[in-house]
Amino acid sequence: MFDTAMTWNDLMFMLRGAGVTLWITAIAVGGGTALGLVFGVMRSALSPWVTWPLAFVLDVLRSVPLLIQLVLANSFQAIAGFGWSPFVTSCVGLALYTAALCTEVVRGAILSVPETTRRAARSLGMTWAQDQTQIVFPMALRVGLPSWINLTLGVMKDSALVLWLGIIELLRASQILVTRLQEPMFILLVAGAIYFLISFPVARFGERLEKRWREHD
Amino acid sequence: MFDYTFQWRQAYRHLPRMLEGALVTLEIAVLSLVIGITIAVLLAVARDSKSIWLRAPATAWVEVARNTPALFQIYMAHFGLGSFGIYLSPYVALLAGIAFNNAGYLCETFRGALRAIPQTQTRAGRSLGMGQAQTFRLILMPQMFRISFLPTTNQMVWAILMTSLGVTVGMATDLTGITQNLNARTFRTFELFAMAAVLYYLIAKAVMLAARLIAWRLFRY
Amino acid sequence: MIEIEKVYKSFGKLEVLKGVDLTVARGEVVSIIGGSGSGKSTLLTCINGLEPIQSGHIRIDGTDVHARSTDLNKLRRKVGIVFQQFNAFPHLSVLDNVTLAPRKVLGMSRAEAEEIAVRQLSHVGLADKLKVYPSRLSGGQQQRMAIARALAMSPQYMLFDEVTSALDPLLVGEVLDTLKMLAEEGMTMICVTHEMTFARDVSQRVAFFHQGILAEIGPPEQIFGAPQHLETQKFLSNVR
Repeated sequence: MFDTAMTWNDLMFMLRGAGVTLWITAIAVGGGTALGLVFGVMRSALSPWVTWPLAFVLDVLRSVPLLIQLVLANSFQAIAGFGWSPFVTSCVGLALYTAALCTEVVRGAILSVPETTRRAARSLGMTWAQDQTQIVFPMALRVGLPSWINLTLGVMKDSALVLWLGIIELLRASQILVTRLQEPMFILLVAGAIYFLISFPVARFGERLEKRWREHD
Repeated sequence: MFDYTFQWRQAYRHLPRMLEGALVTLEIAVLSLVIGITIAVLLAVARDSKSIWLRAPATAWVEVARNTPALFQIYMAHFGLGSFGIYLSPYVALLAGIAFNNAGYLCETFRGALRAIPQTQTRAGRSLGMGQAQTFRLILMPQMFRISFLPTTNQMVWAILMTSLGVTVGMATDLTGITQNLNARTFRTFELFAMAAVLYYLIAKAVMLAARLIAWRLFRY
Repeated sequence: MIEIEKVYKSFGKLEVLKGVDLTVARGEVVSIIGGSGSGKSTLLTCINGLEPIQSGHIRIDGTDVHARSTDLNKLRRKVGIVFQQFNAFPHLSVLDNVTLAPRKVLGMSRAEAEEIAVRQLSHVGLADKLKVYPSRLSGGQQQRMAIARALAMSPQYMLFDEVTSALDPLLVGEVLDTLKMLAEEGMTMICVTHEMTFARDVSQRVAFFHQGILAEIGPPEQIFGAPQHLETQKFLSNVR
């Protein structure tokens, strides 16, 4: 089992791939969360009659496979002459996808704040903005943060798909090694272990957070 | 900026082929869900069992399924098993990968649902002379499926989205596979994949609608 | 005959039953009264083996409930129980709620089971609700359905655990009437209850539980008319 032709250099190659995975995830989650916050607040504050086009687009982003979205994004940037590198295209594609998922998290969290609480805040003379920042947001954060952590982990795992655009992230790096060394099981297990070591502790942390906050309610 | 002529008409000619692919996509998704649900029920029972020999493997399954990419799981089925001389076709590898993933996520969904059923239901079943297994099957399981119906529907949509990953292991007959093949021949990438996107969207919506009808038929109470 | 002999039961460090003795003969109706947490409900769940006991014996027609060799599933067919929470199976219609156990446990055909179920449901006044789901029933109706469900197994003993406690005051009467009817038909019953009038009118003997001990037992006239035990007197003056 441990009799492998894999060298330290090969492992470094995989770890560099893992670095790319994390880097893309960070950019996509950063951009996607910023957009998701804006969209989420819009969708919860404005009438559905106004926001339905946005809602529709986000729904499409959630119902079409990410792989198809990435291919479309790449093809579109070529047609439009943006001249984006696969890396930029991947980040943009993943960020939009993240934004669609994040909007739902934000909206769900805001809607979880009881109407009565908000009415109480407004009746104390708070403005809409004060109500949002002082009351709604802190309360919604408790509901939304665990889901957001799951979302981030989901994007980290989904980011493997950017290999289709030729980016050498963790999974693509492993595939290259598999082709060269012909030890698929061993190399994939290493790749899986790296994913697991990134994801599992964070997921556990999220679960703990969720449980702790629920107990304090 | 756009010195590109869209040729929708040419892409549109391929619609029948793509619809055939959509059927294969749906087929894999449905199969993976049925297999996934079956295994998930067993995993849910095993994860809360007293025996460590049942609990440990079930927990491992769930954690691996949830903490590694679906694409990794499909790669394991397709490339990884090759180390043991097991070579799965793209279809089987894709199906196995998605079913593995479904089972892991649904197990946790089911466990949550089981915890939401009052303990007194079990008592009521047992006090009527039903055994543990009978109580689970006749009293708890129907209620568990009802409580977890919506998340299960969502998992079905995820399964449809995951089928698109098959193309990376050489799957050629599902919607993405066929679209990719047509793309390789005609290079109308944007048009073809946009059409595929529309079809995926429609499949997802159809599944949601069907789920609503099934729920309405099934859960009269 | 139900024989309870020096039964001790605890949940972790909390001792709930501290040496309870009680014998209930065929055809007898015994009511158990007492403050909350006195262990009276726990005793019922020990009688049909839903809860294990730490020491002592409970025998039903000579079979030791807590012996390893006892087939509890078989024994429970003899002993019906109805709980405070109605425990209707929400996914089954009223008729299916009642036929489920006869079919799956006793192996009856659907037709046989339905015949019995219709008879029992008519008996408790639910003949017009057969196809309805429990969520459409009032609390009192759900509780009567639970009684019919237990009776459909043709038990020889019935245990009632505060069956009216979760009901609206207006609905208590209909359930108590059902219990009275059963008592008049000669069913052997142990009723844990807070309804003193019911305990007085229906039971042959009334048992007063206090802190895990059966403090006093006797005919209703004695317990309600001239209670011997100081705690019984205190309890009764509080509930009146």
